Amino acid sequence: MNKMVLNNTVLNNAVLEKNAELSRRTFIVGSAAVAGGGLALGLNVPFGIEEAQAQSAPAATEVNIWVAIKPDDTCVIRVARSEMGQGTITGLAQLVAEELECDWSKVTTEGITPGRNLASKRAWGEMGTGGSRGIRTSQDYVRRGGAVARMMLMQAAADQWNVPVAELTVSNGVITHAASKRSIRYGEVAAAAAKLTPPDAKSIKLKDPKDWKIAGKPLKRLDTADKLDGSKIFAIDLKLPGMLCAAIKDCPVFGGKLKSYDESKVAGMPGVKKVVRVKDTGVAVVADTWWRAKKALEALPIVWDEGPNTSQSSATIAEMLKEGLTATATNGERKNGDALKAIGEAAKKVEAVYATPFLAHAPMEMMNCTVKLSADRADAWTATQNLEASLAALSEASGIPLEKCEVHRHDLGGGFGRRGGTQDYVHQAVEIAKAFPDTPVKMIWSREEDQAHDFYRPISQCKMSAGLDAAGNLTGLHVRVSGQSINSMLNPKGIVDGKDMRQLQGYYDTPGDAQLGYDVPNLLIEYAMRNSHVPVGPWRGVNTNQNAVYMECFMEEVAKAAGKDSLEFRRALMKNHPKHLAVLNAAAEKGDWGKPLPAGVHRGIAQFMGYGSYSAAVAEVSVSPQGKLKVHRMVLAVNSGHAVNPGQIEAQVQGSVAFGLTATLYGEMPVENGRVTNLNFDTYEIMRLAEMPKVEVAIVPTYDFWGGIGEPTICVVAPAVLNAIYAATGKPVRSLPLKNVKLA
Amino acid sequence: MAKLNINGTVREVSAEADTPLLWVIREHVGLTGTKYGCGIAQCGACSVHVNGEVQRSCSIPVGDVKETDLIVTIEGLSVGASHPVQKAWASVDVPQCGYCQSGQIMAAAALLKKNPKPTDKDIDEAMTNICRCGTYQRIREAVHVAAGVGTTGRSGG
Repeated sequence: MNKMVLNNTVLNNAVLEKNAELSRRTFIVGSAAVAGGGLALGLNVPFGIEEAQAQSAPAATEVNIWVAIKPDDTCVIRVARSEMGQGTITGLAQLVAEELECDWSKVTTEGITPGRNLASKRAWGEMGTGGSRGIRTSQDYVRRGGAVARMMLMQAAADQWNVPVAELTVSNGVITHAASKRSIRYGEVAAAAAKLTPPDAKSIKLKDPKDWKIAGKPLKRLDTADKLDGSKIFAIDLKLPGMLCAAIKDCPVFGGKLKSYDESKVAGMPGVKKVVRVKDTGVAVVADTWWRAKKALEALPIVWDEGPNTSQSSATIAEMLKEGLTATATNGERKNGDALKAIGEAAKKVEAVYATPFLAHAPMEMMNCTVKLSADRADAWTATQNLEASLAALSEASGIPLEKCEVHRHDLGGGFGRRGGTQDYVHQAVEIAKAFPDTPVKMIWSREEDQAHDFYRPISQCKMSAGLDAAGNLTGLHVRVSGQSINSMLNPKGIVDGKDMRQLQGYYDTPGDAQLGYDVPNLLIEYAMRNSHVPVGPWRGVNTNQNAVYMECFMEEVAKAAGKDSLEFRRALMKNHPKHLAVLNAAAEKGDWGKPLPAGVHRGIAQFMGYGSYSAAVAEVSVSPQGKLKVHRMVLAVNSGHAVNPGQIEAQVQGSVAFGLTATLYGEMPVENGRVTNLNFDTYEIMRLAEMPKVEVAIVPTYDFWGGIGEPTICVVAPAVLNAIYAATGKPVRSLPLKNVKLA
Repeated sequence: MAKLNINGTVREVSAEADTPLLWVIREHVGLTGTKYGCGIAQCGACSVHVNGEVQRSCSIPVGDVKETDLIVTIEGLSVGASHPVQKAWASVDVPQCGYCQSGQIMAAAALLKKNPKPTDKDIDEAMTNICRCGTYQRIREAVHVAAGVGTTGRSGG
């Protein structure tokens, strides 16, 4: 593996699909090792949830870094990635357990902390969890980790019985020597196994997925029990001895600063300890409880220097984007043939302009972080998609060396890309904690603060033009995306020679990750970067979401102009893209494409690719004479290569419909006077259960690659629904959200 | 000093009268299963039972709560997660991130108490809590399972 460089710039990049390697104030952590690389060193860290649990349970013997086994045969499988609901813990444990050949009913998991990973020369590899990469980029080494542990356990049994290891078999954590009718449990040989030299992990032949017994099965999640009785401790729930709580407010206008505040007005309020300036832009009240801190913060007179952006609004930003639709210079393109000429000479020309808004992530658990600083030690407790990024932020902000820092893991109450690279909330919590040495301070953002200071899904517009010949064949396609750049905000080195291909995600020529599934004889796809002052970042599904709306809604308009069926028109362009086509066909078949529907119900279809997986959807909707939309049924098909847990894939796809429909129906973050306006769920509406359509999922793996599942299906939800609305009303919808669109 | 009956235990809390019940439960009583999601009674993450009715505790000032009011939080819903709703949630494998699920379970438990065999329409009207992970389909299924009128075809151990 590559040498990994851990620094703030990388951390900003941490959730990006591409694993860019950047450096600023570099700290070389060392080369990442694969499984079997020897004993891990546990750091003795106070108050860690996982350590506390480990201490109260019988000791486990570490066989290798991925597997520890207790005398009662409990298999503790180590997980480095973050769990935010997407099921990664369960999926990764299945992959280890599959090769380990243990008893699944005796599997528990243990989360690795970044300090422990660092102290072990990053033995557990990369910890970042984003870009739907949790399983696909660690599946190989975690499976090898399970296999190494199995071989060591079997060797220990062979040594004990003095028989060749080849004569042994293993099943469900029980090793058997058939010839002598002896058997022994993993718990009985773990201690001896741990003393053996591990075999070379890379030389092991892993199981053919066809032979999987634990992986590939729709097993229930391992992490459900404490979500049912309130006992799960999210970072926001943390209680530590002597802990104080902080409520924070940053300048509501992006680019503005904190001018002054009058602490005397809140100094006597119940529980209030201190008012703290947080860098140049924010102010926090620290009190004995968070509610008291928040109440005092609301009472605190604050003067802002709102800076240069107060005249910015949704209207000014839309104007800027509109200019980008026709500007001469561009920031990235893909082309073959001469699209402009082909369209100019076409028998029929189709043109449309689409628009999608800024969106907030709005995870149910708002940003929060607890920090305790001492003279030579820094601890943080937080929910993060990148534990190592959090560790680096803690070190950088506190000035305490990385090896004297630790970030204690908490599963996330939603991530969706918000808790990846930026680590802004960790930096803030450290600044606040500096005012209270040796005291843990828990900073929690209010919902309003969480909405007001997100890194939003980038806003964009797209102008689409197509040419058809007399027979209705697509001869030329011109795509011009004008919008804000994530790389410009978070990862400038991802922009090479002024070209930022990331904003064209899903339109790529290159196979494997986010390839366009259509061949057009004359194709021109361009990106014009137009950046507003509003911060942007990766939002679950990232640029596939907007780009799928543009491409798939326009394909619908073009198919209609050509007088062809939506499915047949697409199929004709997909002959060289069998995987895209197979998934489209799977959705069409399960979604009853072409079959009769009840009166008033109409279908729409869409397909797209992102995160290494192929997705397609069929939506069934009706629109009442008053223009009220109902989404009755959605059928989605997905090929993620392998399907480690079909039950969790189904759950992710169901969830992606809710996430995608919320954006389709309601999602928008308007800008007025330089600030965003939809600060809570009364105005930033989220879809509820009553609007959830019946979702059916076709999981159609081809077992020849590893794709992602946390994100890829979101992007087909909106275009499938919009295309069904088009079928119902005869009018295409070209801007989101639908709450602003009159359908009747 | 207010006296509150939470999960069958009367406790004295020294919170200002305008403190939302949610924050008294979380910060004064120390029960953190009840969650903060919006603070304006929109999302339902803070749902508790007050005298058997589901209520959004973020919008109830503790000064309005009487000692005789019986408050039940997720921690007091059952012993050992044995309530039929909790068992159904486990069998259907409902939670993803889990943050909203305390509130969802409290809302479902209150629904079933009033209406032991809810229709899909009843569920639509009663289950208005926000889930950002989008577990709605499994929530619906699990409410039916808890009511004894649904089955789960889900496998796994």
